Amino acid sequence: MNEQPIIQFERVVKRFGDVTVLDELDFHVDKGEKVTIIGPSGSGKSTVLRILMTLEGIDEGVIHVAGHPLWHESRNGRLVPAGEAHLRRMRKEMGMVFQQFNLFPHMTVRRNITEAPVHVLGLSRKEARQRADEYLELVGLREHADKFPGQLSGGQQQRVAIARALAMRPGIMLFDEPTSALDPELVGEVLNVIQRLAQEHDLTMLLVTHEMQFAKQISDRICFFDKGRVLEEGPPEQLFSQPKEARTREFLNAFLNPA
Amino acid sequence: MLFGIEWDTTNDWLFAVSIFPILLRGLAVTIQATVLGFLVAAVLGLALAVLKSARSRLIAWPARVLTEFLRDTPLLVQLFFLYYVLPEYGIVLPAFVTGALALGVQYSAYMSEVYRAGLESIARGQVEAARALDLSALRTFGVIVLPQAVPRIIPALGNYLVSIMKDVPVLSVVSVLEMLNVAQIVSDRSFHYVIPLSMVGGLYLVLTLIASAGVRYLDTRLPKRGLPLR
Repeated sequence: MNEQPIIQFERVVKRFGDVTVLDELDFHVDKGEKVTIIGPSGSGKSTVLRILMTLEGIDEGVIHVAGHPLWHESRNGRLVPAGEAHLRRMRKEMGMVFQQFNLFPHMTVRRNITEAPVHVLGLSRKEARQRADEYLELVGLREHADKFPGQLSGGQQQRVAIARALAMRPGIMLFDEPTSALDPELVGEVLNVIQRLAQEHDLTMLLVTHEMQFAKQISDRICFFDKGRVLEEGPPEQLFSQPKEARTREFLNAFLNPA
Repeated sequence: MLFGIEWDTTNDWLFAVSIFPILLRGLAVTIQATVLGFLVAAVLGLALAVLKSARSRLIAWPARVLTEFLRDTPLLVQLFFLYYVLPEYGIVLPAFVTGALALGVQYSAYMSEVYRAGLESIARGQVEAARALDLSALRTFGVIVLPQAVPRIIPALGNYLVSIMKDVPVLSVVSVLEMLNVAQIVSDRSFHYVIPLSMVGGLYLVLTLIASAGVRYLDTRLPKRGLPLR
């Protein structure tokens, strides 16, 4: 790769009180790359996504997204903590899908999707509706546009949430355990949608999941997180079949052969 | 005679019937003071709630102190303060307006807590999703948080409407002609105390029951998910 990575963490430290969640993390994702983060709970996987989406700040280090510092802006050649205006520009690069869907329950499915394109991107209502219907078609829910989220199953709600994030046309999609809150029989439909997105070569995807089989199928690279750092990373075939680190083996064994 | 209406002291029934229209005049003032006080409290309370939740301590702290002060001092003291102190600064308001303002200011402190609880009850994920979509803070508040909080806030505000109504007689000390004050004037002039005061109690009971029923009805009719947006 000649291009510089679209996401780059440099010695990033994140603490919650006394707990160090990210410990001088170095991590990168290339443009168009599909990367899955796996690891035990508390290893900082979700925190990486939440920091990227600017839902959490960082304590030390620098993050670059699409060539710009995320949590800093340069003023007179020096990096200073970013203001809200800078953060708002940076957020447009990314879209996020949450474990709990976080659809707006008082808005129809269509309004959930059109709200931000109209009020953030400045699309007309008509354009936004067309765009919403287009993405609803993509996730196979075109006929549910006028329903409220509460009238849909969990799997359908998560597909709406994916359409909502896509409607902002972000270059980077962040998926934070998108199927963990779903009943087992509803996981497949959501994974199918994500898999279809993964076949788009332009879209950069960063995924946190416990669905190992799925991660193996769609990822270019798997990162195993442990104690706030990338302990091991590599192509899925290698990482899953010949992990180098004992800690990775242990984790994968526990997962693939549950007692 | 009051408001140009004479009373008939031939017997108790005729007396009651003759003073009823007089009491209704007072009742109208009571309702007006209640509504005006409630509106002031609703608007001021929301402002206080927003200020209290501000990230800047310079904004949040004074708002918190003010709330505490308003809740911990008697309504009568606040009323006297507005009634006698404001004119010294050249602000002369009619007694009715001052009274309604005092009610509104005191209840804004209580209501700000209702708003705060309602706003804080909205799941954090909602605000995070709005942030991820890059919605502005104002838009997030107006379209995501507030419509979901309203159905949780309205019933509690309604209960304060009833409380405000029951505090209106305090305004009689600054000579507002609300219902109790009117009844007392009638009693003093006619030397009949039992009937006017009993009627005030009865009318209050009716008002309170109606208002409570209204609040309960509203509670069942409000969509639990939030005010729908299409």
